[in-house]
Amino acid sequence: MIFYHFFSNPWVVFALKLAAVFIFFLTAPLVLGYVEHKGLAHMQSRLGPMEAGKFHGWAQLIADGVKFIQKEDIIPDAADRHIFALAPMVVIIPVSLVFLVIPFGPASVSCHAPAGAGGCGFWGENFDVGIFFVLAISAISVIGMLMAGWSSANKFSLIGAIRGAAQLIAYELPLVLAASAVAMQAGTLSLVGIAAAQDSYWFVFPQIAGFIIFVIASLAELSRPPFDMPIADSEIIFGHMTEYTGIRFGLFLLSEYAGIVSLSAIAVVLYLGGWHGFLVPWIPGPIWTLAKIGALSFLVIWLRATYPRLREDQLQKMAWKYLIPIALVNILLTMIFKVAF
Amino acid sequence: MSVTELPTAGMLPGGPGEGVQVVIAGDEFPTQEMTLSIGPQHPSTHGVLRVVLTLDGERIDTATPVIGYMHRAFDKLSEVRDYRQIIALSNRHDWLSAFGNELGVALATERLMGLEVPERAQWIRMLMAEWNRVLNHLMFLGSFGLELGAMTPMFYAFREREDIQTLMEMATGARMHFTYCRVGGLKEDLPKGFLLYSEVLVKRIRHRLLDYAGLLLGNEIFKKRTVGIGVLPGEVAKSYGVTGPILHASGVAEDSRKTEPYLKYSEVEFEVPVGEHGDSFDRFNVLYHRIEESLKIIEQVHDKLPPGPVMPGKMPKYLKPPEGWTYVRTENSLGETGYYLVSRGETTPWRLKMRTPSFHNVSMIPYLLKGVLLPDLIAVLGSVFFVVGDVDR
Repeated sequence: MIFYHFFSNPWVVFALKLAAVFIFFLTAPLVLGYVEHKGLAHMQSRLGPMEAGKFHGWAQLIADGVKFIQKEDIIPDAADRHIFALAPMVVIIPVSLVFLVIPFGPASVSCHAPAGAGGCGFWGENFDVGIFFVLAISAISVIGMLMAGWSSANKFSLIGAIRGAAQLIAYELPLVLAASAVAMQAGTLSLVGIAAAQDSYWFVFPQIAGFIIFVIASLAELSRPPFDMPIADSEIIFGHMTEYTGIRFGLFLLSEYAGIVSLSAIAVVLYLGGWHGFLVPWIPGPIWTLAKIGALSFLVIWLRATYPRLREDQLQKMAWKYLIPIALVNILLTMIFKVAF
Repeated sequence: MSVTELPTAGMLPGGPGEGVQVVIAGDEFPTQEMTLSIGPQHPSTHGVLRVVLTLDGERIDTATPVIGYMHRAFDKLSEVRDYRQIIALSNRHDWLSAFGNELGVALATERLMGLEVPERAQWIRMLMAEWNRVLNHLMFLGSFGLELGAMTPMFYAFREREDIQTLMEMATGARMHFTYCRVGGLKEDLPKGFLLYSEVLVKRIRHRLLDYAGLLLGNEIFKKRTVGIGVLPGEVAKSYGVTGPILHASGVAEDSRKTEPYLKYSEVEFEVPVGEHGDSFDRFNVLYHRIEESLKIIEQVHDKLPPGPVMPGKMPKYLKPPEGWTYVRTENSLGETGYYLVSRGETTPWRLKMRTPSFHNVSMIPYLLKGVLLPDLIAVLGSVFFVVGDVDR
């Protein structure tokens, strides 16, 4: 009975959910980073990490993290100290907040959660405007990028940051347009609602154009190959991260991998049916969600091994000439079908 | 098309941070040119080439290569080394085509001394020179992709290079600085099993080349980045003294293996692949097809290799070429390498001047980079194949 009372306190439930989200936010990027190390290595006829943790280098990224913490935190003399120090936080906090609203499983049938604890189910918080929240908050990261680039007092950093900002402006639009077509079809802005609406069929089938646009735009927003011009290492060293060392650099890297996981998760919820499985329905919903996130993230890694990078102006051309018009037509078609049927 | 003006030495910008204020009349938003120093330590310049750029936004206004960070006085040093020592010296400066370099020194000395090189040694020299060419070209195939952001070809290239280096180690005992040539012939004959492995390797590499074709030549993004970028007309290339794959890509099929055959190149069949437009893509394409041609030559050597000794019967203890001079040109991996050798009848040359292809390739940089975007700098620099040691000597 005491146990029951303990869990009926909304603050306790909320704290537990926050802890779970935080742990997922810290571990999922590590797992993804390890998969990238090993996956890339095997695609390129290498072995990848083999030493740390004895078994196929499983502890490599933990070792990397410890190393980042130990390294000296260098702030260049010419840098704007406060902004320089603040930039990694501005980049990483929005990414971590996205995980708060991603639903991993269906709402439980017998719900005992107290009011104010975000409903019951495998999610941190069920906002009525979940998709809006996610897209709005993930765009904040670019401010951190600009801060890092400007305050570093390094020309390479500056070029990288400007490229990153230009890229985000170009790609935020197709991303939002593609997502709003899905919201229109589902009839709700809530991520939980969108996932639940894909009970009979996944939205990737009617929204295939939207899905492709969403994936391309996500890659551009994440600065992942083939759209990694903001950090193109052979041109501008490492873009806005050039002057960073130690744990601050580690935070930038963490936010990159967390960003891959979070945007994959959003794509899964919007298009790939969220927790809905196929063929083997007895596998629980959260496992399905994780498996789909993993598959999409692997696609991101795979692209890195395959493609060279585009040029910034070519990327802009692609966004404004192709992706945005196609996304607009997609919205129009969705609207017509929604009204007609 | 006329040759563009090179920035004079007085205009050379200083360190980072020194820009030139440019106010365009009537423009509401005055912009400032930015001076950006790419190198000597920068991921895109393999080695220590420094390129000083003035940028207008991301567009390159002027580009000035600064060379000399790796000057090791090869020319001067060879004036105090005897001819056998120079062979070991000459495969240091261009570490990617070590055999091709030592071959030239041996050829020049032999020509001055009037030595007759045994048939078998000549064929083996050709075999090794072509393997070295493949080794070199694979490196550039891989690194060009890496600079454009495709990391996989680099690792594939090193996989193949590893095999070839193992093969060359069998014969020479070294993986990089082979020192296999001797004045008059070769250090020793090929070991047992060398030809067998060589045949296997030709087949393997020919098969694996398809990987590169799939990853880069047929890749839409790769084409978008390289087609029409850094166009070099054949006439301009000739006026700058550019040779090798870059000249061939501009449509000029000048190859000293064809026009002035040395060794046994007149007895094997091969083609000189040429490009059409002289852009970065053509340069890469020519490099790719040069590997195929080299593999063809290697196969013909396997068939035609005659038995016999690899060194002439009796060699003098001290090599003293008679007084005089000679100029030998060889088609090295990156282009034409010339050896101007002057002897005064002593054990050391009076002068040995090398004409290296990378130096001339680098001299193209200001012409090719004018007006291109910063990301295209990579596509241009990666396709102007050079080794910094070969530039500076």
